[in-house]
Amino acid sequence: MAKYILKRVAYMLLTLFLAATVTFFMMRSIPGDPLASMARKLPDQTKANFYAKYGLDKPLFEQYTIYMKGLIRGDLGESIVYPGRPVAQTILETSPISGLTGGIALTIGLVLGIGLGIISALYKNKLPDYIVTFIAILGITIPVFVMASLLQYLFSVKLGWLPTSGWGEPKHLVIPVICLTFGTIATYARYIKSSMLDVLNQDYIMTARAKGLSESQIISRHVMRNSLLPAITILAGRIVGIFTGAFVIEKMFSIPGIGFYYISSINSNDYSMTMGTTIFYAALFIVMQLVVDLVYTLVDPRIRLSDNK
Amino acid sequence: MSTENISKDKFVIVGVEENEADKIARPHISYLQDVWRRFKENKLALFALILLIVLVFLVAFGPAISGYEFEQVDKAARNQFPSSTHWFGTDKLGRDLFARVWQGGRVSMMIGLVGACVTSVAGCLYGGVSAYFGGIVDDVMMRIVEIIISIPYLIVVILLSVVMQSKSLFTLIFAMTITGWCGTARLVRGQMLQLKSQEYVLAAQTLGVSPWKIITRHMLPNTLSVVIVSITFDIPGYIFSEAFLSYIGLGVQSPNTSWGALAASAQANFTFYPFQLFFPAIMIALTMLSFTLLGDGLRDALDPRLRK
Repeated sequence: MAKYILKRVAYMLLTLFLAATVTFFMMRSIPGDPLASMARKLPDQTKANFYAKYGLDKPLFEQYTIYMKGLIRGDLGESIVYPGRPVAQTILETSPISGLTGGIALTIGLVLGIGLGIISALYKNKLPDYIVTFIAILGITIPVFVMASLLQYLFSVKLGWLPTSGWGEPKHLVIPVICLTFGTIATYARYIKSSMLDVLNQDYIMTARAKGLSESQIISRHVMRNSLLPAITILAGRIVGIFTGAFVIEKMFSIPGIGFYYISSINSNDYSMTMGTTIFYAALFIVMQLVVDLVYTLVDPRIRLSDNK
Repeated sequence: MSTENISKDKFVIVGVEENEADKIARPHISYLQDVWRRFKENKLALFALILLIVLVFLVAFGPAISGYEFEQVDKAARNQFPSSTHWFGTDKLGRDLFARVWQGGRVSMMIGLVGACVTSVAGCLYGGVSAYFGGIVDDVMMRIVEIIISIPYLIVVILLSVVMQSKSLFTLIFAMTITGWCGTARLVRGQMLQLKSQEYVLAAQTLGVSPWKIITRHMLPNTLSVVIVSITFDIPGYIFSEAFLSYIGLGVQSPNTSWGALAASAQANFTFYPFQLFFPAIMIALTMLSFTLLGDGLRDALDPRLRK
């Protein structure tokens, strides 16, 4: 187990290093630079000073080694477009906001998704199943920004119950959370349904029936446990899905989360900010994958981690 | 136990004709006929197929039917509601939305189809080579895939479309497919490895069937079904990603358009002109819906193991 974790951590670091390297050279290959628009009107000497301040006057490879050394120390540099604002600080300040919205959305999505999935499997081809399938299909087929526009229109403009956008009070959270939740509900309802139907066909369920267990005992003791476990594996994907869904949602609802800053830093060519947030996202995703894999092996005795997977 | 109650006529020979023992009772059904037979039984999937055919027809001929050019600006007819002259209304530059929705559909469908085909071919080759050679080659190739897959997909797409200043359809598709093939590669490799250890492959080998024939008769058809299903699920995925990219301003650039771009530009004026968002959004939803249902139906129809 310890050997496996060590190996995975080594791969994680390698992946992060590659992601950082690729992002660095990709950002630098974009025509134009973050200072171009700002520095055009400045005298040559001031301009040169500005470039020197951010190390943009050095050869590309030297810039790269400087950045990587900083990265190892945990120093992500300073935002170029907003001088004096360290990237790490921005990430630390904005990610809890995204984390809160995403966390609430994920929890509600999991509970509702699993619940609906169970109902749908137990009432297969009956009315409740059709209703759940309908909700799931809505969640999968409607783009998140369309959903957000509709809800904004309905609750804020027509009914006036909730504010259109903003941040700070719990009521600001309602519509964004509903939008982010839909994807998770849809994915989980579908997944749990097929996983439960699969388990219901297993031989050990037949054995349980043959032993004379009641239907409710079979469902709660055998079917639920075995069908809910694989659902852990798709959790990593959902977490990232919520973070990327937040790109759009945070922009639409003016929520000062990390997705909002990510998109704006890309649009303003803010090298250090884009680099920092990309690395943050990659790290988050990679760590989540490892955590999900470990949790899965801990709760499912049928799976043993080994080197020859 | 009493046997007296059973009447004697239950024990009459129904008739076994020795010379009819080899007679073929039912006509031979080929694999594709069998697939179609099972697919037809799934009414939802059939409905999805018909819906898709209608959509493709409209996307192909819609711009011509409308009688307007999709980029034709008419300052006198800005933001008009749907009427008999402009069936879907007009946008803020007075362009006919009926023409634009179908023109956008061409771009969206093209991105979906080309994207899914490119990733499937690349994934099949990569996965096939990996599974075929096995050992060290397989190990290294799969590690590479693991590394690529652990970088969030949308981040890669966003970065690439920024770097390449994606103005053309080609660069957009390139950005979207560059890491998209990894999932298919894993799928194909897994399927191939599983097939290699199947009893019927072993049986074929024992009977002296040539490797070429085993590959074409057993491996390919069985892998193909998995790939076809993954294509039908990939297509809406690409349409969705493109919509997302267009929304944050990195997708298809004006004057060309796509469903995502149309929905994104309509979103600002949604309160006043909801129809501008409604039409492209419903097209995205319908396409997603029909591909998803079609994929479900195909998966059930193509998988020979579900044959009972």
